[in-house]
Amino acid sequence: MGLEIQDVSVQFGGLAALSEVSFSAAEGVITGLIGPNGAGKTTLFNVVTGMQRPNAGTVRLDGRDLRGISVYRRARLGLGRTFQRLELFGSLTVAENIGVAASMGQRGVVKARSRAIHEIREELLSRLGLTPVANDRADTLPTGSGRVLELARALATRPKVLLLDEPAAGQDTDETERFSGILRDLASDGLAILLVEHDMELVMNVCDAVAVLDYGRIICTGTPAEVRADPEVQAAYLGTVSAAVADA
Amino acid sequence: MHDFIIFTVGGLAAAGIYAITASGLTLTYTTTGIFNWAHGAVGMVCAFAYWQMSIGWGWPTLVSLFVCLFVLAPAIGMLIEVAVMRRLEGVSEAAKLVVTLSVALMLLGVAQWIWNPTTYRALPPLFNNDTLVVGSIRISYNDVTVLILALVVAVGLRLFLYRTRMGVTMRASVDDRTLTSLNGSSAVTNARNAWIVGSVLAALAGILVAPTLTLSASALTLLIVNAYAASVIGRLRSIPMTFVGAVILGLSITYSVAYLPQNPYIQGFEDAVPAIVLFIALLILPSSRLRGHRQLRSREFAFRPSWGGTGLFCASTIIVAVFLVTTVGKADLFSLNRMWGLAIIGLSVIPIVGYAGRLSLCQMTFAGIGATMVGHLGANPLSLLAAAGVCAVIGVIVAIPALRLSGIYFALATAAFAITMDNWVFALPSFNLFGHPYAPFGSGSLTFAPFHIGSLGLTSKTSQFIAGSVAFVILVALIVGVRRSEFGQRLLAMKDSPAACATLGMNGRASLIGVFAFSAALAGVGGGIYGMELGSAAADVFQFFNGLSVLLVMVIFGITSFGAAGLNGVYQGAPFFTNFFPSLTQLPLVLVGFGGILVGTTPNGTIPGSIRPVYLSVARRLPLAASMVAVIGLAWALRLSGAIGNWPMTIIMAVDVALFPVPAYVADYRARTAPPAFGLPERRSKEKRDTRISEAQSANEPIGSADLLATLSGTGGTSGT
Repeated sequence: MGLEIQDVSVQFGGLAALSEVSFSAAEGVITGLIGPNGAGKTTLFNVVTGMQRPNAGTVRLDGRDLRGISVYRRARLGLGRTFQRLELFGSLTVAENIGVAASMGQRGVVKARSRAIHEIREELLSRLGLTPVANDRADTLPTGSGRVLELARALATRPKVLLLDEPAAGQDTDETERFSGILRDLASDGLAILLVEHDMELVMNVCDAVAVLDYGRIICTGTPAEVRADPEVQAAYLGTVSAAVADA
Repeated sequence: MHDFIIFTVGGLAAAGIYAITASGLTLTYTTTGIFNWAHGAVGMVCAFAYWQMSIGWGWPTLVSLFVCLFVLAPAIGMLIEVAVMRRLEGVSEAAKLVVTLSVALMLLGVAQWIWNPTTYRALPPLFNNDTLVVGSIRISYNDVTVLILALVVAVGLRLFLYRTRMGVTMRASVDDRTLTSLNGSSAVTNARNAWIVGSVLAALAGILVAPTLTLSASALTLLIVNAYAASVIGRLRSIPMTFVGAVILGLSITYSVAYLPQNPYIQGFEDAVPAIVLFIALLILPSSRLRGHRQLRSREFAFRPSWGGTGLFCASTIIVAVFLVTTVGKADLFSLNRMWGLAIIGLSVIPIVGYAGRLSLCQMTFAGIGATMVGHLGANPLSLLAAAGVCAVIGVIVAIPALRLSGIYFALATAAFAITMDNWVFALPSFNLFGHPYAPFGSGSLTFAPFHIGSLGLTSKTSQFIAGSVAFVILVALIVGVRRSEFGQRLLAMKDSPAACATLGMNGRASLIGVFAFSAALAGVGGGIYGMELGSAAADVFQFFNGLSVLLVMVIFGITSFGAAGLNGVYQGAPFFTNFFPSLTQLPLVLVGFGGILVGTTPNGTIPGSIRPVYLSVARRLPLAASMVAVIGLAWALRLSGAIGNWPMTIIMAVDVALFPVPAYVADYRARTAPPAFGLPERRSKEKRDTRISEAQSANEPIGSADLLATLSGTGGTSGT
């Protein structure tokens, strides 16, 4: 089931930020969403999470229409996201950042609840390699680690669909490598992942499907190879240097 | 009908004054993004200056008017812009608010310093009450003048903003300062023009309104709250809607005076009408959309207090209390006694403002409510609990409508609540509550018995002082517990990133209502204790302005710092100023104002920013710390044995406290391992971590087209590593 986006349009005054965008992100699949700056990727994320009301179109999560559902309720239904500009809780430690997020989904008796939170926190800290910085204040982290923490925090709510807004920006090649591994693991656990990323290598390596957004329209969808070969995509991205892309 | 027309004309004249001042406020806000809490104070200073020139020195009216409006007001506006506001670019909303409030308090202090508030002054109307007769209706020339001036201002502002180049660039600069400056207009010039025009409008309104009031500095400064209502109806952006708001306000004030039944219960309500209109206007304001960060992250953060550190702090607080009791003279201890109540009211600011990031301007009002509870129910632990409970419940009632507002709108809503309580509820005469006659502050002032449990009472000032310190310490521990709990973490999370909280599934309402109620309860307990310490208190002890200076002192010393709360008690409660500078009664107010203006440079406050790092570095060296404490202990012991007096002891201690950090600082500086004593300790540790986590990383580089090219062609990572 996963996430289905159908005919979503957003107007900012006279500017069409998104025009009739439709695609889906299925369970267990990593879907890449690429496009030049200003193509509407972040706006689409905002529509999906409820931070931006679309002028038309519907967003469905596991078949359920999300229209009129507030941001935090959507999150409780299983939408997790990270932000292009870091939105960490800077005054809290890394462990507390994850703990706060983990506490959202937990109900029940105080003791069992705090044990569950503790387990989620420890698991994510070690899985994402954040244990060495667990007690550091989040606003002292470098951007790359900050992005990993945002991912950890989103995962702590146990989402069904994960929206990642440029998670590899600010990470070095080793970190990116490690990150791809984590994403594949998550997908094989059955998570639907929607990935906005400028790091083409990461997108091409890790994504099962790719959609290309340009001036608010989907201009191409397909497997990474298909998308890479599409002349319209090459034109949208780089104009004349398409030869370089074909080589890659 | 005849009366109705007269009231309407009077209401419209009042509306004219509100419109003039509110449009000045809106103008500076739209141009500079700063909501100017000092707007009323500027008008007040100009009104006093006008009185001085025309009455005091006997200058001709027109000359005085000209000097006030076109020399003094622009000069004040320019001074405020150059000396204060220019430094506020990229500073958080809270700091902006504190800075402009500080300017207001400072102007208030200076005005009361120059023009002693106990002297009666009145400003005659411009036309000696001559009237214009239209049919059967007499309209005073004053009212006519005000209406004409308001129209002139309306038309003039419209033409200025839409037809002149200066006006158009001023409007443009609010949308995007950088872009405007790229288009060849200077943001600095725009801001300066806005402050000048705003000041002139404030001065005009101040001079026009002064004849209808007695010339009182605080009344004139507070008059701005009326204008806030008009500005909020104009959504702080539209000048025509601001005029509509002014008309609504002016008419509702005069109609309420004219048509509400005349009885003592309603009288105060009439004074509170502007604040109530403001509150309603805020409630129908559409709530702001959730969005991520748009500009620089604010530089504030809240320490996570450890239990060990808290224990140390609490123990030292009690020791300091014992020290003061054994050394301070009887008369001084008598006035020093009130410091713990004020310190606890200072503590109450920490959860709501420091942790949750909501600017509550009504903590003193909750203190007042707590004081009335203790005053009426008796000075015992149960009535303190009752004070906490009642304040928490009222806090929830205020919070439910107000919490959808944020930033200055929330601050305005709490201010409206505080002023309504001041003007109306606290001034109510006796009424029946559950069959008992009840007047909030009795007939003028409320008397408090000393604190007692059963037959055990704190009769001596010494025992009261120590008990005050114990209460303070208990509440500090309570707040530390809250800060460290899941609830406290959620509050900080919501302050740091509302957008991330929502996308994690957090509905912040319950937490925010909870923290507001918690802070209100703390303030209630503080107010009860403050009342007991004072022995008798009138409503004006708990008025809005006193709450503002508590908030300002807290922000200056550190809004999340418990030491700041203690210092707030010492600063506002201790008799230093009256002892050392008996003639300078306005000095504390002016100093607070001055300190607040500097907040733009130390957003975390002086204790976490400068004082704590210095003494942490001493504390890390055990022998050094031990000797420092030993010298203090020795001086104290010498004083107790009678070998030295208070002055030598104070000097020894001051020198001790000032000198011991020096070797620690020097050692830190040499070693370069520990955080530096001054400045930003976190910066260096961040660099250290950068290398620890990943050696090869240039993390903060934005992605450019070159990166894209490289990655698409498969040659490298994101940034050139």
